[in-house]
Parts: sequence; structure tokens; C-alpha cells
Amino acid sequence: MKDKFFKSGEHWVWFNAGAIAISLVMVVGLILLIAVRGLSHFWPADVVVFETQGVDGQTQFAMGEIYGEEVPKGQDPEVAKQILLKTGNRDLYGLDFRWLKIKEIVAQTRRDDVMVLERREWGNFYGFLKSVNVDGSEFANSDSAEANQQLELLIDRANELHEQVKEIEKDDIGSINYDIEQLRLERRRLQLEDADTPEAIAEIREQETKLNAEFEVLQAKMNELYRDAKRDSVVMESIDGKTVTINGMDIVMAFQPNQMGLFSKIGHYFKKAAEFIWDEPREANTEGGVFPAIFGTVMMVILMSIMVTPFGVVAAVYLHEYAKQGFVTRLIRIAVNNLAGVPSIVYGVFGLGFFVYFLGGSIDELFYPEAKPAPTFGTSGLLWASITLALLTLPVVIVSTEEGLSRIPKSIREGSLALGATKIETLWRTVLPMASPAMMTGLILAIARAAGEVAPLMLVGVVKLAPTLPVDGNFPFVHLERKFMHLGFHIYDVGFQSPNVEAARPLVYATAFLLVLVIILLNITAIKIRNRLREKYKSLEH
Amino acid sequence: MNDLNNDYDSVKDRVRALLDKQSDGGHHRFRRIKDSIAKHSIAFGGVSVIIAVVMIFFYLLYVVFPIFKSAEIAQLTQYDSKVEESVMWGMEEYGEIGYRVTKDGFMRYFNAETGDVIDYYQFALEENERVTSALYANKDDNLIAIGLDSGRVLLVKQTFSITYPDDQRKITPGISYPYGEESLDLGANSIKHVAAAKNDDTVSVVAADVNGELYFVRYELQESFLSEEISLEKVSEQVISNDTNIKYLLHDPTAHWVYTVSDKGELVSYYFEDGELSANERLALVDNKTEVTDVKFLLGGISLMVGDSKGVITQWFPVRDETNTYRLNKIRTFEFGESAIKTITPELRRKGFLVLNEDNELGIFFTTSHRTVLTESLSNLDSDSNIAINPRANRVLISGKGKAQLFELENEHPDVSWSALWGEVWYESYPEPDYTYQSSASNTDFEAKFSLVPLSFGTLKAAFYAMLFAMPLAICGAIFTAYFMAPQMRSAVKPAVEIMEALPTVILGFLAGLWLAPVMEENLPGIFMLLILMPLFIIAFGLAWHFMPTNITSKIPDGWQAALLIPVVIFIAWLCFTISYPVEKVLFDGDMRIWLGDMGITYDQRNAMVVGIAMGFAVIPTIFSIAEDAIFSVPKHLSNGSLALGASPWQTLVRVVLPTASPGIFSAVMIGLGRAVGETMIVLMATGNTPIMEANIFEGMRTLSANIAVEMPESEVGSTHYRVLFLAGFVLFVFTFLFNTLAENVRHRLRRKYGSL
Repeated sequence: MKDKFFKSGEHWVWFNAGAIAISLVMVVGLILLIAVRGLSHFWPADVVVFETQGVDGQTQFAMGEIYGEEVPKGQDPEVAKQILLKTGNRDLYGLDFRWLKIKEIVAQTRRDDVMVLERREWGNFYGFLKSVNVDGSEFANSDSAEANQQLELLIDRANELHEQVKEIEKDDIGSINYDIEQLRLERRRLQLEDADTPEAIAEIREQETKLNAEFEVLQAKMNELYRDAKRDSVVMESIDGKTVTINGMDIVMAFQPNQMGLFSKIGHYFKKAAEFIWDEPREANTEGGVFPAIFGTVMMVILMSIMVTPFGVVAAVYLHEYAKQGFVTRLIRIAVNNLAGVPSIVYGVFGLGFFVYFLGGSIDELFYPEAKPAPTFGTSGLLWASITLALLTLPVVIVSTEEGLSRIPKSIREGSLALGATKIETLWRTVLPMASPAMMTGLILAIARAAGEVAPLMLVGVVKLAPTLPVDGNFPFVHLERKFMHLGFHIYDVGFQSPNVEAARPLVYATAFLLVLVIILLNITAIKIRNRLREKYKSLEH
Repeated sequence: MNDLNNDYDSVKDRVRALLDKQSDGGHHRFRRIKDSIAKHSIAFGGVSVIIAVVMIFFYLLYVVFPIFKSAEIAQLTQYDSKVEESVMWGMEEYGEIGYRVTKDGFMRYFNAETGDVIDYYQFALEENERVTSALYANKDDNLIAIGLDSGRVLLVKQTFSITYPDDQRKITPGISYPYGEESLDLGANSIKHVAAAKNDDTVSVVAADVNGELYFVRYELQESFLSEEISLEKVSEQVISNDTNIKYLLHDPTAHWVYTVSDKGELVSYYFEDGELSANERLALVDNKTEVTDVKFLLGGISLMVGDSKGVITQWFPVRDETNTYRLNKIRTFEFGESAIKTITPELRRKGFLVLNEDNELGIFFTTSHRTVLTESLSNLDSDSNIAINPRANRVLISGKGKAQLFELENEHPDVSWSALWGEVWYESYPEPDYTYQSSASNTDFEAKFSLVPLSFGTLKAAFYAMLFAMPLAICGAIFTAYFMAPQMRSAVKPAVEIMEALPTVILGFLAGLWLAPVMEENLPGIFMLLILMPLFIIAFGLAWHFMPTNITSKIPDGWQAALLIPVVIFIAWLCFTISYPVEKVLFDGDMRIWLGDMGITYDQRNAMVVGIAMGFAVIPTIFSIAEDAIFSVPKHLSNGSLALGASPWQTLVRVVLPTASPGIFSAVMIGLGRAVGETMIVLMATGNTPIMEANIFEGMRTLSANIAVEMPESEVGSTHYRVLFLAGFVLFVFTFLFNTLAENVRHRLRRKYGSL
């Protein structure tokens, strides 16, 4: 019996089965790893107080969220086991994290009155509320209900003020700056065209004065808001007894994790998740949200789709319906197929050289001489990134559309032609509609590929922090020449280039999860569409 | 009946009328036009897409091409000039203004295009003093040391102030005395040769007088607190006698080396150490039948370029020998014609040099690339002809027969050649020829090292380890999925693999760098045990299953083995990681890293193994999909026939299915390899990106693609570096294109073969 097992080669079958099992375990494990680490980022963990006694006999307190535990390699777990504590309070301790030796821990307690403040600067604060100062009057924590209520009002007001400041800074002042820059360029253009008549210059100057006056007004308003913002503050005490006064403006969120029930934790979880998706990054991208990156990715993918779809479909239709089949079309097909295998960085190199420096430089020369020597299109930006990725995903769309076209039975085309339709009518009315799911699949796969591609973008347009979104309220509203942020590059940048990798890691996992989720959903959609398509044409073939 | 006929006729008439109306209204014509417009525009669109694709290839080539182009030279103007009366001449940065230091003590600035005098300044000479020698003490500062026949040395600085009146560049030349107008007194008699070096805090001057004595003086720069004026304070002073007939005297910019060379080619070198200049070695540069006709420093003052009477130029630089002392080594030779070398002029920003020989030929060479960039016969030269070149190396002045000729030189990329890219090159200060990639450094006289060999090696190394990991898993997985797996499970597995393919590589790289690398470092023995135990346990489990009672085995139909194995795989992985540390303690003394170090194996945290696994993960789905497709599309009647003849499923697979599908599997591997070669983000994030040439699995590498990603954003457009990066891109392009075309062809042939079966 054993003999038969090996003789018939069944052990090889098991061996092969093992290979696919390993692959599956790896895929699922990887996705689970990202999901678990990424999703746990938003959960408000309990805050624990540790009392430690060092070798010198001194008692110390440490408080924070437990991040993990570890036994340094080769050491006795009894002695050397340690836990990683996120203590926050970077302004006090300089670091967000701290290792505590289990051996030195005397007591571990939970205090219900721990309060976590999420701040705009210096990361989280873990401590206890002492008092809330609102408009000159102080509410001590002895009357905790009143103080908490005031704190809530304070935070609401702070967020509102922050919103206002941001609005003025980004929208109003931003647009004035934009207009002033436009005027400067206008003047330069007039100079270059030798049309800088005194009247024209005077007009520009007049507009400039007007804008400057507006700017003054806004500036005054801003100052007022800032003054307003300084009104309130919160006095907190850390676990080791240091008192810190935190400006009301700096607080994003306050919560007491140890008092929260399951539902309020879930509520908090979604609030944090929403913040992650809709907010802008803070603290060199290591905190806050990733909205600009999401926006940039989506924007780039949309532009890319607009470019790649028509060209891809036309090329496929040409190859499959119009071109005479023979050696040349075979050659082209091989070329197109192989382009899918050309490394993406090569597209980046091409995009940088051809689109950015050559095309962009020529555009600047022709249309934006007034902005020189500062490049307008002659530097990497959204437009060039989209075109580069369109080129990169072109083979995907062509191959997929062609496959769709070849699945449509000949009889359908012949029927249409026999009824007197011209070739384009046949295509437009019967063939293309039937092939549309295939095009859809191609497009979705192209989008999924483009959304995850980073290497070429590093050369043609992404930056770690873009000051403005590519779309804003200033004419012409969509600014294709601007640089943008991208989820994939965000992962690379925060994970590998940021000064505080340890603190940023949970955020990187969350970003990675977001990206993986989007891409998996897109791919599953594509697979579903393709399968349905196959079923549909199977019935047509008979 | 008649009615029916009438009806029929009337319908026919009506249709005809309708059609007539349509054609009268031009409807048919409109449709025809529409059809032909569509046809042409689709053809145009299709062809232009294809052209765009071809353009990538040609554009890359177009950018790369100039690095292999020869230099070009064209005469601009010619005018009278008394260069013979000068001891030194040259041009400023842009090549607009030339200058001469004359023997009678003038700095004369002239228009380089017309020869018209712009301005002149007289040095503070005493009566009857004459200038005998002048040389740059520091080229970046334009500081010139001028030796006089009275034994004095002057330090003069050229100034070129640039203004932009009316948006036009205007250069105003002048001179200044940064350390006062007073001369430096070396105590020499009559100076024949002078050489000096100035750096951040010292000035050192060497002079050779007519008696063959060497005078060496070293000053420190002292900044006065009140006036911020800088003065020189003498710190050491030496007189060394030299028994050779000194014809050339050189002092390197770091102020460590002094070389003297006689016309017979006897070189004496001195090295400055512990406050003292002492003789280092004595050497014959040429054989006794040959004479040395010119000796110059290459940019940076490390290499000596020696021209001789046989028309050969040799490069020498000091290299530490076994006893740790510096010895001059002959590095490379350039042969230039039959006649003697007249003069050598080094370029001011690169490691290139220009040469005139007695046949009045101009030669332009580059040391690193060992390249002869240009040879050109010139007219109107004489035996005293000399060359001057501006720092940008685009204008050249050549004197002769009382005239000066201005040439425009186009020599953008002399620093790259086939041998510099792919061969071993002996770089300055290196102990031996080496393959090195180092594109930039902080200092300006840096010798760029553009060997693509370490990068290609890194690329292949990464791809090799990735394939090592991916190939068995992907091909075996594909075999099982296509041939043994139950259809229901297969329809779940295929999308899972497709999703695996779609995972962005940036995420794989990030996990590899930040998660896998530390985990692996902690559990190194566990990883290796995993490699050994996994197959053993899987087969053992298969055997156990085989002996299981039928009532259990029959519950799981055939083709679900993979699903059964999933918990087994998880268990083995868990087991290996758990026993990793105990094993490490027993076998490797508690730390495998240290153990490896003791064995002489370096361990980097981000190493080739991490890359292999991460990139293998990215390549598995590519290979899997194509291989699975190839195996699955082997016609069923082939395998059925074999099974009917009594072969076991495995025997059928090995003898019938796999041989038929092997071209498909081959093409899958090729395409996977193409992907592994070009992958950027994973290698960028999961290795240290140092361009080393070590096959060691525990060390990192830098690949062509990662190199592009790292360096491209910082490279200057149009520079050699930029073009070399494009070349790297081009190499990747061609490489993957070849692999993919090969694979595609094989696949195409396979498909046709199946078609006939």
C-alpha cells in the first residue's frame, strides 16, 4: 500500500497541492495582516497605568496604550520580557513610545478618569483633566459634569474656529495669492509682448491694490480668529504630575477611553475612520487623514481613464475589425502584449524625458513664456502622471477589448451587414455594445493597476505633501500642472522616509489597507463582469 | 390572388419610392461618407497608438545616443595675439574673456572672440623683475601663484563680476590681492617653477630655483577679528635639494604631494606628513630612449598625465602597496600619433584632457572612459603652440605663429564608453580596477563611476532569488490547480490568485521592509526549517491520509487535497516559528546572526532573501496564471487516453500533459522573470540599495530599476548621469521585451499546435 503511494506518484500530487495551499495561505495571511493592523489603528484602546520600580528603588508611573510585548532575543522571558507602551505626550517626553520591563512593574491599574486629547501638534496627550478655562472663567474638574460639558463646547468651538481659519487660509487667501500671481504673470506677458502701455500697467496695479486691500481685511480677520482661539485653554496633568496647559485650538478630539462602553467605542472608531478618510495629514504625514492622497489618486485615475479608454478601444477595434490580419497585425499584437510586461519604471523614465521635459518644456516655451524660468508644465505634475499611466495601462485595455471583440460570433456581424448596415453602423449598433462589458473589464483592470502603481509616479508627479489640491475654486478650477499626493507613494514615503517611523506605522497599515481594499474591490468587479460576459457569449455560440 | 399581387406590387413600389427618396436626399451617400470617415479615423487612431508604443523605444534610444557620440570642433575666429610672451593663459567660465599672464608682469584680459584688449593690470613688480612661472593655487577661487626671477612669489586673485544690464550678461574682469599686495618670500634665488595649493585653512607654495633647490613654505590663514581681512602666517619652511634637472614641478590641491620631473623622465615625489615634506619615491616615467615632453595634473590633482616624445600619454597615480606606502602606478596609456607630445591641457571640470603633438594634431581624451574623443589636424600652429580651455569646456583657444584661434567644442559626454559601463575600470585612488557605481559625491573634482555591472548584477541577483522562491510554488501550484483540483475549488482559487497579482507592489515592499525583514531576522532558523520541514510534513500528511480509513477519506472528494493542506501549512509555519529560538539556542549558540558573522557571512536586515520572498510573491501569480492556462488547455483526449491505458494520474501528468504544456510553462517562467527584473518598489523598500557585487543571500543589492527611482529625480537634465539612467531604462526595456517576445512566440506556437490536435 505504501509502495503504491510512492509508485503512483501520489506524494508528488500532495506536494503540488501543498504549493497551492502555501500560496493561498500567503495571500489570505497577507491581506489579513494588513486588515488587522490597519483596522485596529482606529480603535480606542484602554489606557493603563503602570507603577514601576527600577533597580534604584524609585517608583515611577507610566500611562498609555499597550502596543505590544516582546522578549528580547536570547533572553529569559521571566526577566527581560517587556511591553511597548504608547505614552504620547511627545512635548513632555520627546518620544511617543516607551518600553517597560515586566519585571519592574509593581502594579497595573486602570483609572476611569484618564483623558486622551488628540492634538494638532505633538501627537496625543494622555493625562487627567484639571480644569477648563473658557472665556476667562475656570471650570475645575471637581465639578466634572460641568467641566466635561464645557470641554465639549470648547472642542466644538475650536474645531469650528479651525475650520474657519483653514477656509480663510486655503480658499480666500489662497485665491487672492493666486490672483496676484496671475497679475504678475499678466504684467510680465505684456512686457514680453511689448504691450505694456501705461494704461494696461495702471489697470493691473489698480487690481493689485484692490487685492492687497482684500488681503489686509482677511489678514485682520485671521488675526482676530487667532486671538479668539487663544481665549480658551485646558489644563491637564500627566501621570507623573506635570501640569500642561493646552490651547483650545490645538485640540481635535477628547475622549475618556476607560469610561467608554462598547457602543461608544464603536462610535469613536467610525469617527476616527472618517477623520482618516476626510482629513488632511498632520505632523509630516504621520497623523491625521489621507484625504489629499485619496483625492490625488482618484483624480489621476479619472484623467487616466479618460485618456486610455478611447485610445485603447480604437486601437483594439482597428486591430480586430479593420486591419488586414497577417504578419503585421501579429507583430503589433506581440508588441502590445509585451508592453504590458515592460517594467513600469521604464514608463516613468519615458514620461519624465518625453512628456515632462520635452512636451512640457515646449508648452512652456509656447504658452507660458511669462512664467519663465519657473516651469509650468515643464515639471512633473498631474497631467503628465496621468498620461504616463495611460500609456502604461494601454495594453491592458487593448488586450481586454480585443478579447471581447473576438468572443462576439461572426454571425452577428454578418447579419447586420446583410441587412444593409455599413461597417461602422454594425460596429456602433451591435458589436461595440456587445463588447462593452469587455471594455469595462479592461478599464477596471487598468484602474486597479494605475491605482497601485508608484514607481513611475515618483518620476512624473507625486510629492509627499502637496500644498494645494489639483482642483480648487480658482479659474480654471482644474490645475493639471500641479503636483499631487498618492496613496501608494504615501505608504512608501511615510513608511520609509518619515522621521518617526514607529509612530507612523499604524497609519501606514491603515493606508495600505485602504489601497488594498480599493484594488481588491475593483478586481473582483472586473472578474465578476468578465465571468458574466463569458456566460452570455457561451449561449450565443450555439 | 390578384389582390395579393396588387398588394405586393404596391408595397414594392412604396419601398422603392422610399429608397429613392433616401438616395435622392443623399442619405446613402451620407452613410457611405460616415463609414469611410470612421474607417480612416479608426485606422489613424489605431496606427497612432501603435506608433506611440514604438516611440518609447526610439525616444529612449534618442536620449541615450549622445553619450556615444564623438566630440566636434569648429573654428570660430582667428586673430593676432602674442601668446609667446605669456607664462600662463586661459579663459573664464563662459569662454567670453581670455587672459594672459605676461612675462613683463601684466594680467591682460582680452575678448576671446576678437582678441581686443578689455583691460590690463600690472602686478607690483620691482624694476627688472620678470615673471617666470604662474599656476593656479586654487582654481575655484581663481587664485594664481606667480613666481618671479627675483625669488619672490605673488598671490593674485582674478575676479569676474557678472551683471545683467538689459537682461544681457556682462562680465567685468579684474584682479585683487586677497592676502595683501606683499609678496611671499621663500628665500629662493631665481624661481624657475612655482606651484601652490590653497585650501580652506592653508596655503602652501613650492618653488624650484635655478640651482635645483626646492623651497617649500606652508602658511595658515588667519582671519583678523576687526577687519575680517585674511593674512598668512608661516607655519613651516623647508629647503630640499633635488639632484634631478627639474623641468616640471607640481603640487596637488590637497597640499600633500609634490612631484618633480626632469626631461629625462626621472620623477621624485614628496609627501607632506606630520608638518614635514619628505621624499617618498623615485621613479623613471619613461625608458631611456624617450623624453618626457609635458607633465600635468588631471583635475583633482591625483593623477599625473605624462606626455613623451613617442606620442604616448600615460596616466599615473599613487596607490598604497602592501607595505602601506604610496607608490605611483601606471594606470593607462593613450597613444596619439607618431610624433612627440607638445602640450597637455587638462579640462577644468572633468577628468579629460587636450593634447597637441608635433604633427599639429589636436587630441581630446578622457581618462575614466579611456576614450579618444577627438583627433583633428590643425593648421597655423608652431612648436610653441599652446591650448587654453574654459571651465565649461565648450571653447578652446589655440595659439601659434603669433595668432590665436578660437574653437567651439562640443564634447558633452566623454566620460562614458562601453568599457566604462561594462568593464573593470581603475578609478583614481582605488587599489585596483573594479566595477563600481557611484554617480555623484559632494566634491566637485569627483570622478563619476558609471559601471552598470553592479546594478545589472543586483538586478539578476534579486530576480534569481525571487524565481527560486516563486518557480516551485507557482508551477507546482499550477499543475495541481489545472490537473487535479476539483472544479469548484478551482473557480475559487483562480480569482484569489488574480487578486494576488493585483496587489500593489508598494504594499508588498512595505510589508517586506517593515514587517518581514525584522521577523525574519528574529526567526532565521525558523525560516530555514520552514523550507525543509514544509515539503516533508506535506508528504507525510499525504501518506497519513492515504492510510486513513476509507469512511473518512471518502467524505472529502478527490481534488480537495489543497484545502485539506491549508491548516497543515498554517500549523507547520506556527511550529517552525515556535521552535525557531530553541533550535537557534542549540545549534547557533543563541544568535544565528552572530554565528553567521563568525562564519564570515555578513547579514543585512534587508537582504536578498527578503527581496526573494517579497518579489517571489509578486511573481507567483504571473507564472501561475500562464502555466495553469497552458496545462489546462492540453486536450483532454490525450490524458484520457493515457489514463485508459492504465497510467496513474501522476504518470499521465509527467509523461503526457507536462511535455505538451512545457513550452507554455517555459513562457510563463520567462514572463515571470521579466517582471522580476523590472520590479522597482519591492527592491527599493526591501533592500539597503547599496550597489555591491555579492551573491550572498544575506546581503542587499541595488537593481537597475531601483537605481533609476532613487537617482532620476535628482539628475540634471541632459547630463551624462541623466543619460546613463536612461540607458539603464533602455537596458531594462530591451531585456524584458526580449524575454516577453520569446515567451509570446513560444506560446503562440503552442496554441497553434493544440489547435491541430
